Amino acid sequence: MYPKQEVVAMLLAGGQGSRLGVLTRKIAKPAVPFGGKYRIIDFPLSNCVNSGIEAVGVLTQYQPLVLNEYIGNGQPWDLDSNSSGVRVLSPYEKIKGADWYSGTANAIYQNITYIDRYRPDYVVILSGDHIYKMDYSSMIAAHKANNADCTIAVIDVPMAEASRFGIMNTNPDGSIYEFEEKPEHPKSTNASMGIYVFSWDKLRKYLIEDEETEGSHHDFGKDILPKMLADGQRMFAYEFEGYWKDVGTIDSLWEANMDLLDPNVPLDLMEEGWKIYSRNPVVPPQYIAEGAEVQNSLIADGCSISGSVDFSVLFSNVVVKPGAVVQDSIIMPGSVIEEGAVVQYAIVSENTVIGKNAVVGARPETIVDKDQWGIAVIGDNLVIGEGVKIEPKAMISENVEGVK
Amino acid sequence: MRGNNIMGIIFSNLHEDLVSELTEVRIMGAVPFGGKYRLIDFPLSNMVNSGINKVGVITKSNYQSIMDHIGTGKAWDLSRKQGGLFMLPPFTNTNEYSNRVTTLNSIRPFLINSTEEYVVISDCDTICNIDYQDVCSKHLENNADITLVYKRDVIPAKLHDPAVFSFDTKGKVIDVLIDSNVTGSCSFYMNMMFIKRELLIELIDKCISKNTLNFKRDIIQGEYKNLNVYGYEFKGFSPVITSMSNYFNANMALMDPEVREDLFNSSRPIYTKVRDDMPTKYGLGSSVKNSLIANGCFIEGEVENCILFKGVHIGKGTKVSNCVIMQDTKIGTDSSLSYVIVDKDVVIKNERTLMGFLSYPVYISKGSVV
Repeated sequence: MYPKQEVVAMLLAGGQGSRLGVLTRKIAKPAVPFGGKYRIIDFPLSNCVNSGIEAVGVLTQYQPLVLNEYIGNGQPWDLDSNSSGVRVLSPYEKIKGADWYSGTANAIYQNITYIDRYRPDYVVILSGDHIYKMDYSSMIAAHKANNADCTIAVIDVPMAEASRFGIMNTNPDGSIYEFEEKPEHPKSTNASMGIYVFSWDKLRKYLIEDEETEGSHHDFGKDILPKMLADGQRMFAYEFEGYWKDVGTIDSLWEANMDLLDPNVPLDLMEEGWKIYSRNPVVPPQYIAEGAEVQNSLIADGCSISGSVDFSVLFSNVVVKPGAVVQDSIIMPGSVIEEGAVVQYAIVSENTVIGKNAVVGARPETIVDKDQWGIAVIGDNLVIGEGVKIEPKAMISENVEGVK
Repeated sequence: MRGNNIMGIIFSNLHEDLVSELTEVRIMGAVPFGGKYRLIDFPLSNMVNSGINKVGVITKSNYQSIMDHIGTGKAWDLSRKQGGLFMLPPFTNTNEYSNRVTTLNSIRPFLINSTEEYVVISDCDTICNIDYQDVCSKHLENNADITLVYKRDVIPAKLHDPAVFSFDTKGKVIDVLIDSNVTGSCSFYMNMMFIKRELLIELIDKCISKNTLNFKRDIIQGEYKNLNVYGYEFKGFSPVITSMSNYFNANMALMDPEVREDLFNSSRPIYTKVRDDMPTKYGLGSSVKNSLIANGCFIEGEVENCILFKGVHIGKGTKVSNCVIMQDTKIGTDSSLSYVIVDKDVVIKNERTLMGFLSYPVYISKGSVV
């Protein structure tokens, strides 16, 4: 028999993240590299461990190879205990047939057996596309103190952006009386962070009911939460203060990386006792050559820099050759920026070569029509030929031949 | 495929007197090197990369630092059900570990109970990336009893009992000089031996029974005429640490891209203990030239010709040049350091000036506050 776990976390990691375009054509969104050495999933996984949660189920579906390999036995996050730790939960065939995960709630429903064996009191539902550090144990404590059935983490967003989120309208005691999905005229600025704590007996009942409800999307936001609210269950908002960013779009992914360079952004990835853990590649230290100029940047081990790097995030084993310029960009592991190439406001995915004197992206101030400007994105394992010019906002998924 | 009938033995605590400053708080194998490594990482990784999956680490005393570094051997894939890592401290007292012969004799049960046909023996004070598979194939080709790894170079000053070899045209050892007055370039022993396990046990037993306890004189010099002893020339980067000055130079040699390519060969990588540091932050106004820098540093000042280990902080207005600065050392603002080896966890406050010289780098010991 498995030892009881008071809390089990379920991490929804099956989404495609189609808004990230070429970055997620071969990998699931939670596996997208972030911050010079991490992948997005390192954040919820590290938060779980740092919050004392020992059992974490990761629900995978879309392009799981890289994610599965990365999670492995969970050792980098100390999630490899004898009877608990991280478990990758993929859709599976049953006697009645096989089903993909048809919605967020259905994904949890299909893994009731996994949760039940730990006999938890609470289940935390997390998603794999946010960058933040959060102590889930405080949220669970609030859930207990309120004697709640469901607690939803919320963050205060500017009124102007509130209509992009699910908004929780609350009474003075923090209980939720209304839930509005992307409202045109938001009544408050409490945006849902997609982090839920449920009392497991309640959630279990609602998941089973929802599964039998015809026409349900089997989705937490669309079905489970509204149903619980309508039934008068005790639902509370838990206000989170701190850095939190949804990195579901190219712009927000770029911004969140750049936030790491801003000393005023409260996101310390090396805080003693609350580190963000990751798998570490076996590479030598980074080398900065004689003629290099590096400022305002985050550079990982294994890099070799001979050119100029400013306001950028470079992952392991990136090579920046002499005379190359990288500014306001993110260069993922193993990519090479050849002599004289200029990369600005761009995301270059893994193992791609930017040819000599190629120009990728542009500074916004050089573009007259601002609608034409955006972050240029180059896919993985590509070759951008010599002298090629890649326009800002472009998304490149195939090799581009050089200009002779 | 794993496991190739070879086991490894590493002496982790020899020749510490040569760099007594660095080994005051640690043994030779735990001496930091190259921004993120300890000296033992090199022989351990070399063995693992050569397909060896059973390694015994001999350590005599003060081995907390090496135990902490190696742990279960996980980082080298040596945390295994079959084979894996064996820490071999002395059973009762340190007298039995007084020299190589008695040490090997006291790990006799480990040698006897192993099933591997061959043993590679190495020290920790030579830094290199060597493929023991290649040594093994040469050994078999030569039908050798013992293969000794050597390099052709001038013997580093102060090297303990250097053994110099002469060979016939086929590479068979025909003369062994120990502690001779040879000057100039010669073929000297790198303290790495490839030998059949059973032969090793036999030779050790013989030495013990005759009370001839000098490994080099009684085994290598004493037996080369009776056995098929061959040399294997190692041509790669391979400095031996015999003084603070050549320790410094060996670190600085890593600025050469060819040296890095050779030592950190990506198909035979050097493994080390993982620490979850974030990538290094280069602040506004920082300037870094010709330096090797590990993750977790925060650089706000100027750095030139330096090795910075994990977690080093260089404050604003501070200039460090030609320095080796170890893990988690913090240097304040407006300080200036040149030719300094700074050990771990040192705090150098604001507006300090420390100057050494190429042939005599200043050393600041672990945990000092300047």
